[in-house]
Amino acid sequence: MSAKNQGTTVLDIRSLSAAYGEVTALNKVSLSVKRGEILGLIGPNGAGKSTLIRVLSGILKAKTGEVLLNNLNITSYTPSQRARVLAVVPQARQLGGAFSVEQAVLLGRTVYLGFLGKPSKLDLEKTYWAMEQTAVTHLSGRKLAEISGGEQQRVLLARALAQDTPVMLLDEPTNHLDLRYQVNLLSLLKSLVKKQNLTVLMAMHDLNQVSGTADRVALLVDGCLHSIGKPEDVLTPENINQTYQTEVESFNHPRTGKHYIFPMM
Amino acid sequence: MKKRSFLIVSGMLVIAFVLSIALGAVTIPLGSALRILLGKLPWFEFSGIWPEYFETILWEIRLPHTILVALTGAALAGSGAAFQGLFRNPLADPYLIGVASGAGLGAIAIMSFSQADKYLIPVGAFLGALGTIYAVYTLAKVGRMVPLTTLILAGVAIGSFTAALTSFLMLVSDQMILQAMSFLLGGSTVAGWEPLKIAFPYLLIGMTLLVFSGHSLNVLQFGEEQAQQLGLDVEKIKVFIIVAASLTTAAAVSFSGVIGFVGLVVPHVIRMIWGGNYKRLIPLSILGGGFTLLISDLAARIVMAPRSLPVGIVTALVGAPFFLWILRRAKREVFW
Repeated sequence: MSAKNQGTTVLDIRSLSAAYGEVTALNKVSLSVKRGEILGLIGPNGAGKSTLIRVLSGILKAKTGEVLLNNLNITSYTPSQRARVLAVVPQARQLGGAFSVEQAVLLGRTVYLGFLGKPSKLDLEKTYWAMEQTAVTHLSGRKLAEISGGEQQRVLLARALAQDTPVMLLDEPTNHLDLRYQVNLLSLLKSLVKKQNLTVLMAMHDLNQVSGTADRVALLVDGCLHSIGKPEDVLTPENINQTYQTEVESFNHPRTGKHYIFPMM
Repeated sequence: MKKRSFLIVSGMLVIAFVLSIALGAVTIPLGSALRILLGKLPWFEFSGIWPEYFETILWEIRLPHTILVALTGAALAGSGAAFQGLFRNPLADPYLIGVASGAGLGAIAIMSFSQADKYLIPVGAFLGALGTIYAVYTLAKVGRMVPLTTLILAGVAIGSFTAALTSFLMLVSDQMILQAMSFLLGGSTVAGWEPLKIAFPYLLIGMTLLVFSGHSLNVLQFGEEQAQQLGLDVEKIKVFIIVAASLTTAAAVSFSGVIGFVGLVVPHVIRMIWGGNYKRLIPLSILGGGFTLLISDLAARIVMAPRSLPVGIVTALVGAPFFLWILRRAKREVFW
């Protein structure tokens, strides 16, 4: 990726509304994500974070508005075309429990595997590399049903890395992870974004992790975009107090200068 | 490991095949049976040291019957495995979800027009199977999910409905009641090579498509949403698998009748032993299904010889308790 591509808009969300039946889940949301950027998506439960990821990955159709992925409407991609550009790390759920970790990560290569699912040398290389990155190599023969929630979450991340796409969407990827792997995952993401110029949109609950990882933060409330911008501009005590109905204080880390939020308990 | 599983199941299939040819109301010694069959090939010649009717029994009755039974078992188990994978439901089986009964209705509907061409029977069965699976799937769907309970309930309801229609058709066209009765209980209705000739192309195409869908079924085990995100065109693949599995079921039902539980039990046993990878599970189920139905059919023929029971009775006697056992195992186990 050449340097001049830095900063081009990869995901352009224009006045997007989505609904489940009659229930509105997203209401005229507009935002864009640029190449080489991590956009953190925050908001209280039910704010529409997962819904946005589902629309962006073509699972849920927009009611009104549109999403452009590399200047093309997301609905004009076939699933296979889209999966070559955009990978999703879903929340870990008990699925595919009968598969081994290696088989599961290899499925990240689905669009390259062809109809019979026979992996090429490149497919296997990417698979092993991805497993190495998320530290699940030692689990490779274990069944998904037999490993812990945090390990499953790392397998799902490895699967998305094996998919080897320029855009990655993550739905609360640090859920179930212990502190060490939370930090590992976030620094891995940061380094990949730097090295490969990835574009990342990541829904998160932990406001301080968002603040430490994301270049920009979008705050969703009841399906509407409340505010978007630099972490210190969005994660203000006023915004958090108003949207999460929780008293918080903020201050900057004395050494790194990063912006932190603390609930008053 | 991978090769060994195929060797074991293929070996069992071959043994069952040979036994099925040799045993029955009249026992033909294995040596004679093999010599008679090999003698049919141009480059072998054996002098006949056996009664002449052995050849007739073997060539006109046993061999076509055995091949048809093996293919039927293979088809039912292969499509059972595919339906289980597609619905991500351990109890989906062509019989329990009503597809087999639907195919039976389609086949009987064609048969009841006495002037109808025999070659249309599989077509009728296929349309019956597709109609049924559509109805069951639509009824069973709750939101985006197809829960186990509604799937089986809808399957049983639609299955009973089509079975009632089938009985009605049989009663109004009375000259074929006996034939149709044995059909419904899962007994081959017509002997000789003809049914095999008619059903073979459908079986071959259907099972080939099923084997090819193994990889897609694997991806689908992570749920339709993740499968789509991984790049699978889920809606197209679902239609592909449903058509392939219905075609296979329909071809099997066309001439062998509605046989229960083979499609349920065989994939389960294979899964327990060799795991849930559909690239292996489908072909192994196909081989294992052939073996299982051959053994069941053999039991049906020799238990009360010279009378033979419909094979569906045997598979139900063994399969129904197995079904209940799976049902009782509340916890989803690792192999599923």
